[in-house]
Amino acid sequence: MAQTARTEATRTALGPTLARLCREGLDIVCVDADLGYSTSAVKFGQEFPERFFPVGVAEQNMVGVSAGLAACGKIAFCSSFAVFAPGHCFDQLRMAVGQPRTNVKLVASHGGVVTGEDGASAEALEDLALMLSIPTFSVVFPADVVEADQAIEAAARTEGPFYIRTLRPKTPVIYDDSGYRFELGRWDRLRKGSDVTLIACGELVTSALDAAEMLAGEGVQARVLNASSLRPIDRETLLAAARETGAIVTAEDHFVHGGLGGIVAETLAEERPVPMAFVGMRDRYGTSGTWDELLEYFSLTPPAIADTARGVLARK
Amino acid sequence: MARAQTVSIDELKSIAKRIRRHIVEMTANANSGHPGGSLSSVEIATALYFRVMRHDPQNPLWPDRDRFIVSKGHATPMVYSTMAEAGYFPVEDLMTFRKLGGKLQGHTVMQKPPGVEMSAGALGMGLSFSLGHALAGRLDGRDYHVFCLLSDGDCQEGQTWEAAMASAHHRAENLIAMVDRNHIQNDGFSDYQRFPAGNGSRPQRPGGWVLKDGHTANIMNLEPLEDKWKAFGWSTQHIDGHDLEAIIDALEQAKAHTGGPSVVICETIKGKGVSFMENNPDFHGKAPSPEQLKQALKELAD
Ligand SMILES: Cc1ncc(C[n+]2csc(CCOP(=O)(O)OP(=O)(O)O)c2C)c(N)n1
Ligand SMILES: [Mg+2]
Repeated sequence: MAQTARTEATRTALGPTLARLCREGLDIVCVDADLGYSTSAVKFGQEFPERFFPVGVAEQNMVGVSAGLAACGKIAFCSSFAVFAPGHCFDQLRMAVGQPRTNVKLVASHGGVVTGEDGASAEALEDLALMLSIPTFSVVFPADVVEADQAIEAAARTEGPFYIRTLRPKTPVIYDDSGYRFELGRWDRLRKGSDVTLIACGELVTSALDAAEMLAGEGVQARVLNASSLRPIDRETLLAAARETGAIVTAEDHFVHGGLGGIVAETLAEERPVPMAFVGMRDRYGTSGTWDELLEYFSLTPPAIADTARGVLARK
Repeated sequence: MARAQTVSIDELKSIAKRIRRHIVEMTANANSGHPGGSLSSVEIATALYFRVMRHDPQNPLWPDRDRFIVSKGHATPMVYSTMAEAGYFPVEDLMTFRKLGGKLQGHTVMQKPPGVEMSAGALGMGLSFSLGHALAGRLDGRDYHVFCLLSDGDCQEGQTWEAAMASAHHRAENLIAMVDRNHIQNDGFSDYQRFPAGNGSRPQRPGGWVLKDGHTANIMNLEPLEDKWKAFGWSTQHIDGHDLEAIIDALEQAKAHTGGPSVVICETIKGKGVSFMENNPDFHGKAPSPEQLKQALKELAD
């Protein structure tokens, strides 16, 4: 298994990465809506207080101010929980950022059911769908804290709107000392295989690797892809997977509709239909519980991914 | 049930103390949750459920009930504890708070359990929802009142002021807002109206700036808050939010007010009743440890 024992929350990357980039001379500013401790944005604010603008609990204002700063040449970061941004400020993201392509980067934490005890209202399951619906946004869901740091840097160094989704709990780090470099539009192949491809994003990348291990015990060779770049997707790698393995399973902590499952299905339906199945949330909201309990409860686990793979293999 | 029976102020005080004990116990048991803003609104909730509101725990959907609509949906420990004490469900259920399979989620879910008026958790939405209840009541010729609890953070969301403007425009005289004005939010102090810069266990917030009067403004200054409500067409009162008699008087006065909506700004102390939580931003969204729970229960003993 590629995973190491170290765990770390992806949300901890934001503040330190922004501070590093600002030290390196990037013209970064950060607008905050009273969740700077939780998103780690405060770490940037502590080092660069004159570049850190709290607006209170006001996400619409946060995005509007960011767009204005960006229009004046700043690299404007803003952050909140994924339920509140894009949740509270979708129109601002659409019209003040997406349409004019202002250089705004929204980094939202607490994605998915792994948000845990806070319950349904706090668990973002639509944020990727919302952000993928605005065509000018690059959308990234890093698999671990190493990739989160790199994705934030890529966002800072790439002109245009970005959405990056991070997570609350400490999840396994898979890219420690791996020499991995995140590239927008490239999906990392973490495991070779020719029978089926498991495509996952976020914390479920580790689960997909574990599922592949289980399947290997049954003689099934599963390829594993980290689909951290949800827009642009890695079309070439996806089509190669469909061609070479002939069966696809996606896995995400998000509604399947409009999320990773949706974009994979749309792409393959047009270009290379193969048997597909989707692991993710459907038709219901989350609830309170510890994050690992909730992954079990909603069947977002390695056994569930392996099971889904067996089902799709039977249709191959 | 008709209007709540008259409960003495002394009895109300002991109910409030029980609610405070539930709040610290259930958050400690869940090892998460929001004790600070729950403790600051205990007297408000106690006055409502045990004196001011017309409601029936046996019939939570009674169309003529007064509504208690909590916009600050993270204050579930206060909401659930008060409802349990009022008889909506067994007190033992409080120990299922935030647990998988329990009925009591971390943030409120509409009618789960029955009597919870609104799904909340995203700040800023409660006053609009309350106005909807108020307008429906008037349309249906019902004489209930709608009590909406807002926080500092709620008053920073634009939607609250959209609702404030609309409530006055529609002369919603059956609508009463209460602001749990504890001056503390998620990342620290809203302002330094009451606190010298640097107070609290966290370092001074980034982005703070000095106001003309020498106070350091912090996350977002809300003052002059009462003037803002006035300017939006509301009748206002400004009281000590831990003084049960003052709360009851203010709410009765607000109920009697005609011609438009009323707001009662309740000056409160976040974490009220537990020494190490009082005015401490750390306990906005953090549970007490087992040792801290013991200390808290000692301080909250009868
Ligand atoms: C729209 C929205 N943005 C952000 C949050 C995250 N959040 C939870 S509580 C809180 C602030 C809490 O302070 P306050 O509103 O004053 O509540 P109280 O002090 O009464 O607990 C914030 C920003 C939220 N719940 N809703
Ligand atoms: Mg407050």
